[in-house]
Amino acid sequence: MAETRDVDQITGVETTGHSWDGIKELNNPLPRWWLWTFYGCIAFALVYTVLYPAWPMINSATGGLLGWSSRGQLEASIEEAKAANAGKLDEIASLGVEEIAANPELRPTAIAAGKAAFKVNCVQCHGSGAEGGPGYPNLNDDSWLWGGSLDAIHTTLEHGIRYATDDDTRISEMPAFGRDGVLDRTQIGDVAEYVLSLGGRSGDEAAVEKGQAIFADNCAACHGEKGEGMHEIGAPRLNDAIWLYGSSKADIVAQVTAPRHGVMPAWGERLGETTVKELTVYVHSLGGGE
Amino acid sequence: MTQSSNSNPALDGARPELKADPVARGILAHHGKIERNVTLLLVLSFLVVTIGGIVEIAPLFYLQNTIEKVEGMRPYSPLELAGRNIYIREGCYNCHSQMIRPFRDETERYGHYSLAAESMFDHPFQWGSKRTGPDLARVGGRYSDEWQVQHLIEPRSVVPESIMPSYGFLMQADLDMKDPAGHLAANRDVGVPYSDEMVENAAADLRAQVDPDGDTSGLLARYPKAVVADFDGNPQRLTEMDALVAYLQMLGTLVDFSAYEPQENQR
Repeated sequence: MAETRDVDQITGVETTGHSWDGIKELNNPLPRWWLWTFYGCIAFALVYTVLYPAWPMINSATGGLLGWSSRGQLEASIEEAKAANAGKLDEIASLGVEEIAANPELRPTAIAAGKAAFKVNCVQCHGSGAEGGPGYPNLNDDSWLWGGSLDAIHTTLEHGIRYATDDDTRISEMPAFGRDGVLDRTQIGDVAEYVLSLGGRSGDEAAVEKGQAIFADNCAACHGEKGEGMHEIGAPRLNDAIWLYGSSKADIVAQVTAPRHGVMPAWGERLGETTVKELTVYVHSLGGGE
Repeated sequence: MTQSSNSNPALDGARPELKADPVARGILAHHGKIERNVTLLLVLSFLVVTIGGIVEIAPLFYLQNTIEKVEGMRPYSPLELAGRNIYIREGCYNCHSQMIRPFRDETERYGHYSLAAESMFDHPFQWGSKRTGPDLARVGGRYSDEWQVQHLIEPRSVVPESIMPSYGFLMQADLDMKDPAGHLAANRDVGVPYSDEMVENAAADLRAQVDPDGDTSGLLARYPKAVVADFDGNPQRLTEMDALVAYLQMLGTLVDFSAYEPQENQR
């Protein structure tokens, strides 16, 4: 490239020496304010690397004079949040669920915190209003599979239901009366009629009568003679209008033939004892608590 | 057109204050030489990028807190690996991240922040950069298998607000992992410590993980904490749903946090 020096006659500024259709570009220096901002940024970066973790060394990076770390920042923010409720959280951690629910000061705190935890962890199955859905129990009503007392709810939350990796999980299994050939199809139809009659819904008297005997022999041990259910083994109550897997005769036949079993995760380890207690008090307060 | 005998000819004709600037006289005045020599520009650009790369990337391979060891990590079982391939094939990473950042709002919602070691057997990692759906780094064990299946078939049946597409077709698609051993061997080639025994038993382990009634001692010895279940609720078939749910159910469950010291490697 030709080494030409070309100064614009009017401004007295050197041009780049290139010409496009007779138009030339002035080679002005960078604006001062821009240049000094640029130098300032470099200086800021250097100071930053001294204060914050930055330069990689042999085994680790320089930690910075401020001692900042992302993990430390997280710890500090958790501590700060805890400190805001320190007294109450400590008490909740140390007291049993009965005592927390009975304590007029702790109860609102536990319910508020439990509500927040419920929204994050429980709504996916139990619904945003704890209304449940097919296969997932409604938590607002008086019908409980494993018990609706504070202690029972606490155990369910802590260890889950049929949750394989928790050794103390609640577990029970209804036999597959149809699939495993314990009862034939007519018998299952009859027993379903009888189960319907427990809620006052059957029309087939003959089937109900036959079903009653079958129920007494096969079902009453867990579901109770009148279908009142049994909390100890999670056997649902059958003489009310609340059904987990559907209320029609076909639904009941399907469930007797090859039962479905719900699974609930154990939350004790994942959420920690305090949160589980708060959830317990919240769920108990929804309206169905015993 | 002027030619001067000034000591710095590049500044000829420039404004007087620029001539006085030592920086401008020194470095900046010579950039023209680089810009006018394509080869020199290329070589120097490469040099700058190389230095940047070395400073930014190389330390990640040796700094203690980026390669901290944790208890419990193991390579994916063949079924989990198959599920992971489906996760990638279906583009789950477009909406779901697998990276819990160390912020209070994230750890309270998702659990312990993700550790570098938890992605050590991922090729490629699934950290993601966008959360249309929630983070999945610790989704394992959070829901029942039935929930996962129901949710994948029809997300709105359990989460009415969900905008996730339906993946019901996974129930109908037989899992077609043509060469499980080959998948493991390929991962071994890029550094995942699959043993010869694992590679040999890959096809058998793939089936063993969906059969709770079978002999799973070998599988569990090779892949501790592997969840054995008939994930999709259909024992007759080994479907893509089985594989994907098996993968989801193990996400974030391996590390033993009771033995983890967050500050130990914090330097």
